[in-house]
Amino acid sequence: MAHAHESSAKRIWMVFGILSVLTLVEVYLGIIKPDALHLQGPGTSWLNWIFIILTLAKAYGIAWVFMHLEGEKKWFRRSIVWSAVFLIIYLVTLLLIEGDYLYETLSPLVNW
Amino acid sequence: MEANIAVPNENNKETWGGGNVKPFGASYGKMMMWFFILSDALTFSGFLAAYGLTRFKFIDSWPIADEVFTHVPFMHGEYPMIYVAIMTFILIFSSVTMVLAVDAGHQMKKNKVAWYMFATIVGGIIFVGSQAWEWNTFINGTYGAVKTTEGKVLQFVKDGKQIALADFVVGERTDNRVQHTPKNGLWFESEKTISNYSVAQVVAAYNANPDIQVRTELMDMDLKKKTILSREEGALQLAKTKMVVEGANLRANEYGNTIFADFFFFITGFHGFHVVSGIILNIIIFFNVILGTYEKRGHYEMVEKVGLYWHFVDLVWVFVFTFFYLV
Repeated sequence: MAHAHESSAKRIWMVFGILSVLTLVEVYLGIIKPDALHLQGPGTSWLNWIFIILTLAKAYGIAWVFMHLEGEKKWFRRSIVWSAVFLIIYLVTLLLIEGDYLYETLSPLVNW
Repeated sequence: MEANIAVPNENNKETWGGGNVKPFGASYGKMMMWFFILSDALTFSGFLAAYGLTRFKFIDSWPIADEVFTHVPFMHGEYPMIYVAIMTFILIFSSVTMVLAVDAGHQMKKNKVAWYMFATIVGGIIFVGSQAWEWNTFINGTYGAVKTTEGKVLQFVKDGKQIALADFVVGERTDNRVQHTPKNGLWFESEKTISNYSVAQVVAAYNANPDIQVRTELMDMDLKKKTILSREEGALQLAKTKMVVEGANLRANEYGNTIFADFFFFITGFHGFHVVSGIILNIIIFFNVILGTYEKRGHYEMVEKVGLYWHFVDLVWVFVFTFFYLV
């Protein structure tokens, strides 16, 4: 075990602070939804990109510090993170392309 | 330290102890907890990716989340996002107390571990309670809407703001339809809850109130707002009304597309189920801590393993929060 036995409480609280600030930023943007960010952007709106990036940042904080991935052996960490990241990107890419295709194909047939 | 502390190996030569080599330098239990978490993460990704596909499929008519989740307990009025944000904080905070318990475990401070575990359990229970409240609000609904024969949900607005059926439809149900119960039926077969108003009554109220307009699910993609129909177009759409929808279930909901509510129930429900399992595991470990099991064992690795699961539950919520409530 790679843990030093002195307390890392300070670092934990710091990470909690960062996670809280990121959540607050997300919620604030989610409530005001500034038009400049909400109504345009590449692929989806800028606002959605911001949400996704902040979410990944929070996930990194939780996995690396709270779940202590930073202290595990390099290839243990990689066996988990690389597997997950590869498979999830693969699945999400295919399903979102498929979803978009369904929209293109079906929406002209819907009568509003 | 043996790879798996739970199986004493010295006296039983039949069992392979794995030697003293630990793959990845992690104990058996911790490694397997991580690989379980990996597989569970892929399960959740599957659900969220399916949600993404469905949302892309109905990209021009998906409900707008901050118009759906607007309530806060003990408060009137609309506060979009606020309550889920509070829930998120509760879960992140319980993650912090969990990691502090693990940290105290490394220093072999039994009382501290116990107190932090206790705080984690309380946080988890508050979260599940909030989830239950959120479900209750979602199921009961706020405004009510009607559904057409084409399966479209029509909502009602006044001056651009959504208005509840109860605010403009007057009186009791006019068609004398009453809920079928074992008490009033000779041949009782169960019946779903019937709506407070009949279809004809809602249409009549619409015709009687010139300032009410119909809002459809269709989104104006440039403004990201739902389309509000003129009075005449609204009357045409209303003529196709099949049923009055109040709240949500798996077949119909007042927010829009049926599958929106289905995904809400399924994904938040599956996450809530994980939280409940996490609380139960935490309680078991909490009692073990109090009984001194890990003090005797010489290390608090069990707290660490259950902590991994608890953080994972938090991690999943971070994604559910983003993709269900924000994006």
